[in-house]
Formats: sequence, structure tokens, C-alpha cells
Amino acid sequence: MKSLIQKFVETPGPSGYESIIRQVIRAEVEPLADQVTVDALGNLIARKGTPSSNGMKIMLAAHMDEIGLIATHIDENGFVRFTTIGGVRAYNCPGGRVRFLNGTRGVIGIENLEGQSSPPLIDQMFIDVGAGARKDCSVRVGDVAVFERPYLDLGKRLVAKSMDDRIGVAVLIETLRQIDNSPHEIYFVFSVQEEVGVRGATTAAYGIDPQLGLAVDVTGTGDTPKGIKMEVGLGKGPAIKVRDAGMLADPRVVDWMVRTAEASKIPYQMEILERGGTDARAIQLTRLGVPAGCLSIPCRYVHSPSEMVDFDDVENAVRLLVGLLSQPVDLK
Amino acid sequence: MSSQTSPQEKQAPRVGAAQLKLLERLTNACAVSGDEGEVRQIVLDEIRPHVDEVKVDHLGNVLASKAGSTQDRLRVMLAAHMDEIGFMLTQNEDKEGGIFRFGVVGGVSPSHLAGQPVLIGKGHVPGVIGAKPVHLTTNDELRTPLSVDSLRIDVGPGNSSKVKVGDRATFATRFSRTGASLRAKALDDRLGVATLIELVKNAPANIDLLAAFTVQEEVGLRGAKVAAYALEPDVAIALDSTPANDLPTWDGSENTRYNTRLGEGPAIYVADAATLSDPRLIRFLVETALAAGIPYQIRQPGGGGTDAGAMHKQRAGIPTVSISVPGRYLHTPLSITRLSDWKNTVALVYTALSQLTSDLFKVDR
Repeated sequence: MKSLIQKFVETPGPSGYESIIRQVIRAEVEPLADQVTVDALGNLIARKGTPSSNGMKIMLAAHMDEIGLIATHIDENGFVRFTTIGGVRAYNCPGGRVRFLNGTRGVIGIENLEGQSSPPLIDQMFIDVGAGARKDCSVRVGDVAVFERPYLDLGKRLVAKSMDDRIGVAVLIETLRQIDNSPHEIYFVFSVQEEVGVRGATTAAYGIDPQLGLAVDVTGTGDTPKGIKMEVGLGKGPAIKVRDAGMLADPRVVDWMVRTAEASKIPYQMEILERGGTDARAIQLTRLGVPAGCLSIPCRYVHSPSEMVDFDDVENAVRLLVGLLSQPVDLK
Repeated sequence: MSSQTSPQEKQAPRVGAAQLKLLERLTNACAVSGDEGEVRQIVLDEIRPHVDEVKVDHLGNVLASKAGSTQDRLRVMLAAHMDEIGFMLTQNEDKEGGIFRFGVVGGVSPSHLAGQPVLIGKGHVPGVIGAKPVHLTTNDELRTPLSVDSLRIDVGPGNSSKVKVGDRATFATRFSRTGASLRAKALDDRLGVATLIELVKNAPANIDLLAAFTVQEEVGLRGAKVAAYALEPDVAIALDSTPANDLPTWDGSENTRYNTRLGEGPAIYVADAATLSDPRLIRFLVETALAAGIPYQIRQPGGGGTDAGAMHKQRAGIPTVSISVPGRYLHTPLSITRLSDWKNTVALVYTALSQLTSDLFKVDR
């Protein structure tokens, strides 16, 4: 599974431009699913199983897209001005290396900020692709890029850019691989444009019209020096979301997840995230409303080029998901 | 679709005296978000003889369709918003004298308001946004930007009975043409409305054209949301107007934040705050422009939004892109556009539509 994770995090896929990562994921799911489709916005949808009398139509969502950058101007000296795609933080940018989808690589530089007391702004930064003048620059306005940082295996802990949410993608695929004899018709959705406002899951959920929805995404942790006040920590199990800024999880779904974890003795933690949201919000608000929840992988340094997860949490997330989907769902 | 049967390609609709006259009527009409009736009437009168079907939906959108005649046609939704930014009277402070408090509707900067003449309500009752004269202004006040709360609309004693709280008001600017430039209020988005009217009148035969003249774009893309849900198109294109902030910088350094530039052709969107345009449509528009020798520009990725933001997320998703006519000083009393940019926008959209087939979507986004 680690090699799968490495392959996913090393593939670029900024929001709106998921075709490359989709091909990589598609190659993995094609042999495992009954049917694989791509919708108008680019969501990859893999269906497995047909509903039996005690089964449901269930949508699982992990987003393929990652935060990135987009060129806004090439100046006369060949420097690329840019803006962000999704929640890129300005303080994570200077010195960072980026790769445009056309293959061009570059490093993020910053204007002289002597005497400026406020934090640097994206507007004060530029990407240096090694061009000496505008005409030598291989980047055009509108070209998109992702951060570049080698994948790091620290044993138990894995570090990379775009763990958010390629780790969810890997969990979904591993679940699809292990699931056998489920009573449900399950739609594994590898969604697009989550980082810019859960747009892909919005249309995918409308198209699928599920009876139950679960997102699999990363969540923050409170276990680092002077970190945010948060109960979740790395290595304590996957997190069952109760609430975030975008959704109040269906309490019946939360109870079902907790019961299943307890019964199978899978470690878990309860998650309350003050900021952020997931595809589960989009699923929940689809059509007439859908019971929805989210299984989260605890992740440090979310939206930095070095996002860290715990491999035990990842494996336990797969175990819990397989457990949840192998039995009829009892929402009470 | 087999290209053998494609009919003789028609010329793009011309932008001449009649079209300019229509744009003049459209920009002089008042249609602040939520009260689009005056522009809607012009639209209905113009398009009715040219469409198969037209209706006004519950929010006030005009939805019209014109079927093509060839095989295997795409259903293409084109959206242009009828509404404009403006004001709403909120309180009559001096019943005799006709002094009203007001609020803004849509994105309006308070710094553009003081001293501006306005037209209020369906009767276009004249008023003025008053401000304290400089003689009486303290140094501190000069340094502080005026807030909307500190401004009033003054209609005068005679007219105060002709307007009421809840009435909307617009800038009183009248349309004019000076050489290569067109000057008016509400070019955002009467340029799009005028463009769409021309396309309806000259609809290409290879598509089913679904025209949506939308409401309430300036307050959050509200009309386009229900319009796209109702029309259920295969493709959607927003026709709008976007700022050209292309003046020289104060210190002579390179202007890196121009958004678009006047005179460089229609602006194709890649990314704004509401939409990441479908890359297949961006590529198609660029290739069409290059092949036809029509100038175009890529709008700088950044903030803002068009009806595309609402359309692309409807139902199971709709491939969507936006094309705008650049305009300086949008959302102020007077905006300026270049006639050539409007002409080239009409030409690009028409040419693209007349070459659009389902082949474009055979490759996944």
C-alpha cells in the first residue's frame, strides 16, 4: 500500500486539472470495479456490487485534486506572477519548488520585504523558472502548477505533498480491493475540485443519488508544539467526524461508525474540526438530503508541502471502512 | 457528426448602427438586481420573433430556445445577466425635503458615490447622492473614506412622493460613443445581453441554442443557478464583462495586475473565485480564435465570478467557460469599452458555436 501512496503523491493534480492523477487511479480501480465512468466535471466513479434486499446505494468520496498555483502574469524579465488554487498559505511558499503541468520547474522567490511588519503576501512572490526574459519563459498565463517535495517514509509516519487527499484515495482503493460480498451497491468516487469548494462531489452526488454518503479525507491534529486545540492526534486511529465548519455529521452515521469500530476493536477517535470541510458536506445537501458522515485520516501540517500521516491510522481506516461496508447498514 | 452535411458557414453577426442603438437602450435602462423588468422587456421584444420558445421563470430569468437543424446537436446554454449594481432606498429621513438613506446592491465602492446623479424607480426619478462640500470638511474627514451610511440620496421636495423606500436606483449616466470607445453605465453586463440577443437572432444551425438572460448575478449568481437547472444543457457559456485595470502604474513599474486590457480582444477565463473553466473549452476557444484570426486574451486568473460559477455545478455537472468583453471602471458611474473588443467577442463566440460538436467531449475533462 505504501508504494501505491507514493505513486499517488508524486503525481500532480491541481484542482480543475485532474486528468493525469485520474489516469493513475483509473489503472488501479479498473480491474477491481464492476463499472468505471468519468462525469462532466472529471470525477472518476467506480461502481462495485448491486444492492441486495438489505443493501443500500452508498457513495464514498475521496478527492483526487490537490492545492496548487496558477500563473497570472509573465513579467518582462521572465518571472512568473501567480495566484493560488485552493488553500495555499503564503508563509509556506517562499523557497518552495513547483512543477507546472507542462513540465516546467521553478522556485518561489519573494520581493525584498525589509521594513514590512505584516506577513508576506502571494502578490509579493514570483516563480523563477530560470528564464532570462519573457520570451524565454515556457509558462503562459493560466498554466497550473503543484508543489514539489520528495516523498518521505519515516517508518510509521509518511510525509509528502498532497497527502490531502491522496491518502484518502489510497484508502478507498484498498477498501475496494478487500471488499467482498458486500450487500451494497457502492460508488467509489474520486472527486475533483474539492479544494476550491467541494464542487466535484456536488455534481457526483447528484448524479449517483445515494442513500448514504461517506467522505474519506484528512483532518488536522492538536498534537504538535503549541498546536491548535484539537483532540485528534496521529497514531490514535482514524477519526470519526462529528462536526466541521461545513457539516454536522448525521448522528446515526456517527453511531454506526463508532459501533462498528468498537465491535471490531479498531482504534478510533472522535473528531471535531473548527475549520475546513469535506465532500461529505456536498453529499449531505444533495437533492432531498442524504445521511452523511466522514472518516478522517489525522494529518499534521495540512496544506503544506510536507503533510504527515501515520501508517497505522491508514491501515485501521481501511479495516473500519471494510467493516462498515461488509454488513447491512443499521441507522438508528 | 459527419462534416459532409454541415451547411455553408454563415458570417458572424455584424455589430453596426442597429446593434449600437440596442446597446444604448440597454445601458440606459435601469435594472438593479431583483428588479430587472425594464431590461427584460427590451430582451423579450427583441428575441420573440427569432426563437422557438421563450418564457420568464419564477425568478425573472428569460429562458429562450432556438433549435438547430443538423444531426447530433449539442444543447448549448448561453447566459448573460440583465441585472446591474445599484442602490436601494432604505429610509425616508425628510418626508418634505425628499432625503433618503440608501444601501448598495451588489459590489459598489462607497468611494465612487458622492456627488453622483442617480435615477430612481420605474419612473427614473432624478436624484443626487449628496456629500458635504469641501469647505466644511475637516482634515480628519478628508483622510477617512466616506461610508455609505454617511451619504444620502436627495430627490428634492417635488419628487419625494414619486419614490418610496424599497425603490432601486442606478447611476444616471447616459450612453455615448467617442471614437473607438463606448461609454455607459452597466456595460457589465448589457454588453453580454446585447451579444446574446445578436446570437439568438443569428443562431448557428449545428446547435440547440438555449439563451438565459439571467437575474441577480451581481448579488451571487442566483438567477443562473435555477436557469441552468431548468435548461439542463450539455455545455454552458457565460457572456459577461470583466474589468480592464490596464492603466500605467503610479510609479512606472510593470503593471502585473491588469486583469484584462482594452483593445486586445475577448477575455477567456481560466480561473476565477467561482469557476475553474473546463480546459477543453478553453483550448477550443483559443484554437478557434487563432484559426479565425480573431484577437483574444486570457483573463488573469484571480477573484470574481460569473454565472459560470452557478451553472457548472448544476445537476450532474456541466462543462462551462466564461468569455467577457473587457471594460474599464466597471461598477462605477461610467465604464468604458472598446467597440473592437465587443465586435471580436461576438465574432469569437459565434465562430466557436458554429464549430462546436460533441467530439470535444469525447475526451474526459
